[in-house]
Amino acid sequence: MVEKQTKTTTSEPSRRQFLNRVWAFFGVVAVAEFGWLGLSFLNSRKERNKPVKTESIVTAGAVEQFTPATVTAVPLGQFYLACLADGSFLALSRTCTHLGCSVPWNDEKNQFVCPCHGSTFSLTGEVLTAPAPRPLDTYPVRIENGIVKVDTSAPQKRARFETSQATRI
Amino acid sequence: MSWGLGGMAVMLVGLLFLTGVLLLLTYQPSIDQAYASILILTREVPFGAWVRNIHHWSANLLAVVAVLHLLRIVLTGAFGSGRRLNWIVGLVLFFLLLSSNFTGYLLPWDQLAYWAVTICTSMLGYIPICGLWLQELFRGGAEIGPATLTNFFVLHVAFIPGTLFIILFWHFWLVRRAGGLVRVEKDQQTAVDLVPTTPNLIMREAAVGLALVAFVLTLAIFWNTPLLEQANPGMSPNPAKAPWYFMGFQELLLHLHPVFAVFVWPLLGAAAFLCVPFWRDTALPTGVWFGSDRGRTLAAWTTAIGVVATLALILVDNLLLGSATAVTNTFVTRGLLPTGLFAALLGGLYWLLVKKLKYTRAEAVMAGIILMLVALTVCTIIGVWFRGPEMHLVWP
Repeated sequence: MVEKQTKTTTSEPSRRQFLNRVWAFFGVVAVAEFGWLGLSFLNSRKERNKPVKTESIVTAGAVEQFTPATVTAVPLGQFYLACLADGSFLALSRTCTHLGCSVPWNDEKNQFVCPCHGSTFSLTGEVLTAPAPRPLDTYPVRIENGIVKVDTSAPQKRARFETSQATRI
Repeated sequence: MSWGLGGMAVMLVGLLFLTGVLLLLTYQPSIDQAYASILILTREVPFGAWVRNIHHWSANLLAVVAVLHLLRIVLTGAFGSGRRLNWIVGLVLFFLLLSSNFTGYLLPWDQLAYWAVTICTSMLGYIPICGLWLQELFRGGAEIGPATLTNFFVLHVAFIPGTLFIILFWHFWLVRRAGGLVRVEKDQQTAVDLVPTTPNLIMREAAVGLALVAFVLTLAIFWNTPLLEQANPGMSPNPAKAPWYFMGFQELLLHLHPVFAVFVWPLLGAAAFLCVPFWRDTALPTGVWFGSDRGRTLAAWTTAIGVVATLALILVDNLLLGSATAVTNTFVTRGLLPTGLFAALLGGLYWLLVKKLKYTRAEAVMAGIILMLVALTVCTIIGVWFRGPEMHLVWP
């Protein structure tokens, strides 16, 4: 009698435990399946919405139009064409490297000032005040027959400004 | 004792749900039509502007009420044993509420919406390892587009409210299981003078709730919800400010390296809040505001010191930022260094309070939480009223 009772008390919880574990296992599997389903749903959209990488050349204007040490906005290509002091050209993305705001050029202060978190950038796109972590991205510039052309298909990241990034005639 | 803050929050959620259903009838979730549908709603639909205002002000008030509710829980020691799980559930609800507010103000697709979604999804990019993957997931592609709006629309009207409802009921059930509202533990008599729920509690909650509804409805008549110009990807508004409940966070972004402002600090903050009830003896004696009179004095001092210290830090760092010297290595100077200093400050404060001034651990933890909330409040106030164009400090 005593033996029987101990048997039931030991076997009952273990069976219940086992069933609970099975349920928990199926629960985890169900969650994983739904998660996977959801992710593949979202991922398929990611694939479809990939930007088409084509070379998109924007003509900024003739070289003579730009005076050294000035910045001209090119709204069509969503970039700024900076004409450096030595007359070379640098095409700067208008997207702040901090969190993606659009950075306007401030003529009085002679710098780019981000309206969202106050980062400032110099004429060459270098960071003057934090929090931006790196200089403004650039686009490749070509000068053909005295016309400045910019390839806006892919912005190029850089750690600092070097004179080799600027294009001269 | 509880000031009915929880009940107020429930009432606001109810209002949000009802007005949300109405708004859903007129709103068009596509980039081309979202803005126009809001204009139609406010100009042509009868009571449209009013319903939108109610939704807006309820959401704003809910943010206030939820923070006060959290503060009440901390100050009356209501996250101790038996209520640990509910503290976590409450924090999850708070997170859902903020996400709901955030995804909500994206939907009109005005300038605020567009730049908020730009900034937010860019922030995801700073998360180590899976950041860019998350960014693409939320944007529904590499760039912000129609899929982005769809994502946030689904989150706002289906995912978050659904989750919120389930967890909300869990929250209530756990309160009930813990024996209702916290109260003073009496040594002599265990039977506290209890009264029947109906009509006593119901009447009180109804009085608070109905007064609140009347207040929101009136507020919504006189105060219109802002709607900026239609989204313009070419130009950020200057200054580009988040809604007030995120301004504290935006202030943090001005001062810290993005990885720390976006990832490290929120993670540490969340971990601290989640872990607090599992550290032994961190909850104040239940049901007594501030634990004791000594605790009350400590709370007052912490608040005062917190205000002064935060203001001083912001002003000093403003000078440092203005001097434009160390822009290299900001990961260290604006990341590791302030984080280390902050940790040392908290550790030192704890040591001072517990070891030197003989406060209890619960009182020291209360002081820590108050300090964090005060700092965030000061940042919010500065962000809302004292930041002008280009986010410079100005007088309002």
